[in-house]
Amino acid sequence: MVDAEGGLSLTIARVVQRLRGSSLHSQLERQARVSPGPAPAVVPAVYTLLSLRFPSPCHPAAPPEHMKEPLAYMRKAQGSWEKRILKSLNSMCTELNIPLAQKRPASEQKELLNKWNEMGTDEPDLSLFRPVYAPKDFLEVLMNLRNPNYENGEQPSFRNHLGLIQVPLKVKDIPELKEDFSELGLNIGQLGIDDSAQVPPEFFENEHVRVGQKVLAEQDSAAAQQYVRQGCPTALRAELWALILNISNQPEDILYYEQLKSNVIQHNLLVDSLIYKDVKLTASNDDYYFVFEDYLYQVLLCFSRDTSVLEHFAYSSATPPKSYIRGKGELQKSFCFVGVIPFHGFSMYVAPLCFLYHEPSKLYQMFREMYVRFFFRLHSISSHPSGIVSLCLLFETLLQTHLPQLFYHLREIGAQPLRISFKWMVRAFSGYLATDQLLLLWDRILGYNSLEILAVLAAAVFAFRAVNLMEVTSLAAAEAVLADLSTLKVVPLLQIFLFATVT
Amino acid sequence: MGGDAGGGPGPLQEIVFRNFYTAFVSVRVQRARGPRRWLTCVRRRRLMASPHAEQGAQDYFSLPRHQMLCDVDQVTAVRFILRQPSPVWLHFTIEELQIFPPSQKSPPKDFPSWLSQLAPPQQPPGPHAELPDPEKVSAEAQQMWVLTEVIRARQAAARIGRFDVDGCYDVNLLSYT
Repeated sequence: MVDAEGGLSLTIARVVQRLRGSSLHSQLERQARVSPGPAPAVVPAVYTLLSLRFPSPCHPAAPPEHMKEPLAYMRKAQGSWEKRILKSLNSMCTELNIPLAQKRPASEQKELLNKWNEMGTDEPDLSLFRPVYAPKDFLEVLMNLRNPNYENGEQPSFRNHLGLIQVPLKVKDIPELKEDFSELGLNIGQLGIDDSAQVPPEFFENEHVRVGQKVLAEQDSAAAQQYVRQGCPTALRAELWALILNISNQPEDILYYEQLKSNVIQHNLLVDSLIYKDVKLTASNDDYYFVFEDYLYQVLLCFSRDTSVLEHFAYSSATPPKSYIRGKGELQKSFCFVGVIPFHGFSMYVAPLCFLYHEPSKLYQMFREMYVRFFFRLHSISSHPSGIVSLCLLFETLLQTHLPQLFYHLREIGAQPLRISFKWMVRAFSGYLATDQLLLLWDRILGYNSLEILAVLAAAVFAFRAVNLMEVTSLAAAEAVLADLSTLKVVPLLQIFLFATVT
Repeated sequence: MGGDAGGGPGPLQEIVFRNFYTAFVSVRVQRARGPRRWLTCVRRRRLMASPHAEQGAQDYFSLPRHQMLCDVDQVTAVRFILRQPSPVWLHFTIEELQIFPPSQKSPPKDFPSWLSQLAPPQQPPGPHAELPDPEKVSAEAQQMWVLTEVIRARQAAARIGRFDVDGCYDVNLLSYT
């Protein structure tokens, strides 16, 4: 809350600062020199760049760590979690006697350049490497998250939550979710329901495709975001997603990707081996994604060297790890390790995008943008409504409120529901749903600019299989009931859970 | 729960503080002139969206003068009344309390100087006998000046993407600090 006179100028100053350096800025400058008013196509792009990519500004008195995460105890928890990961990584380095980063010898560089498009055929010895952490390790950390100012008594009371998450964050209930996700309502056409074989296409599908083509012709980013809330036609999805995320494959972007590729050729990182291992363990074993193995290497190896990813740490609760290197002349220089340390399953964030984009530089940009907007929240501790802690709490609250018998039963047999659904949410359901259903789900993530739909879907899946789950008597049996989600249809489940369940 | 702050009489421009789990705050002031009673200048300002939940619990807030209910010139004492109806919190308070008089600006805003000075700079008369058209010159000069200011203020946004420092790249361990 700043005073009115300074308010407008301050907002303009912030807008200018955020646009600085982006391609939109030069576009706007060019436009301003030519004609006085703003170009119609640029305005929606500015809107999406500002509102979707960057979070709302903090109070001027707030220090930068407050913008990353306002709650002090969560910052501390994230810090100690990161320390554990670093210790694990360092011990792996010293055990295997491999440096974190080193320059490749010239012969190796040449070899890698030749093999760039078929890195999947390479079979390096990865048996000594192990993933740094898996989602269930992260869940243990979240379970132990406590606010020191909250009365966490041992006696069960209204203060203690019945689920695994004990942090008192505000989450939405079904009436609020109904309002937020109103476009998923029963009386509104959806792709995923109203495009099935039994429904004649004249009812909804043809018109929806026509509107989509119009949105693309206008290049209207805000309209595209509204449009995908009802699902994207498969033929238009790649372009619509690129429009929403403001990705256009300009020559400078291709050049940037080539530069990253040359970085990969020149330097060898330990993280590369972790990426190889992860891809081999997850995506290569998946029936749908194993064909994209080479693409995954091309994207992820570049991603671990991309310094522009460092920008997102300004609004993420995480901090990139630092290292010391010996510079010429100076003893030690601190160097920011471009720091997303992959966990087990990280490559599954990229895999579904391979269905949409075949050009490596565009695929890379789409993944990077999706990561710095959404996916980073799924593996860092923060109080953001789309952060994984809020999603877990939302899932548990929805289940308790609307399926209390099921929740109680599962809790009694030692199968806390979050133990099963956590891995779905951390991976944004990638690898668990059929790919067309997954892409319909990710349409909604982009459309609503929030990850809350993941928690709603997780609760909806439990509601769908509630009858079977009521009969199980152990965690293993519960996991077996929910092991295979590949036959599920996402949109009907969401609709039924939000709009058709008797509360 | 409340607290008083007093001193010589003075005007109030803005109050800035960091919240720590307080749900509502009210501010009362005592003035130098007039009756010696406490006047409410901020009534039950909500700081936390829900008293039981964390949202807003550790955020920074400011109470500017134009949002206050009474005149805050010549204030001798300020009283803060903090309310937290939820029983789940162990403590609640406000921290880093700062009260700004009008002369001092509230915490510095990142405000590029060129935005506040959009008047064209003075142009000295040229050495040529015939002076150029001043309107045209000032319009062009202003445009040029704004562009140079922007370029000077702008950091190189293009990333060079160099991965090694000083040509050396041998990283062995990550640091914990």
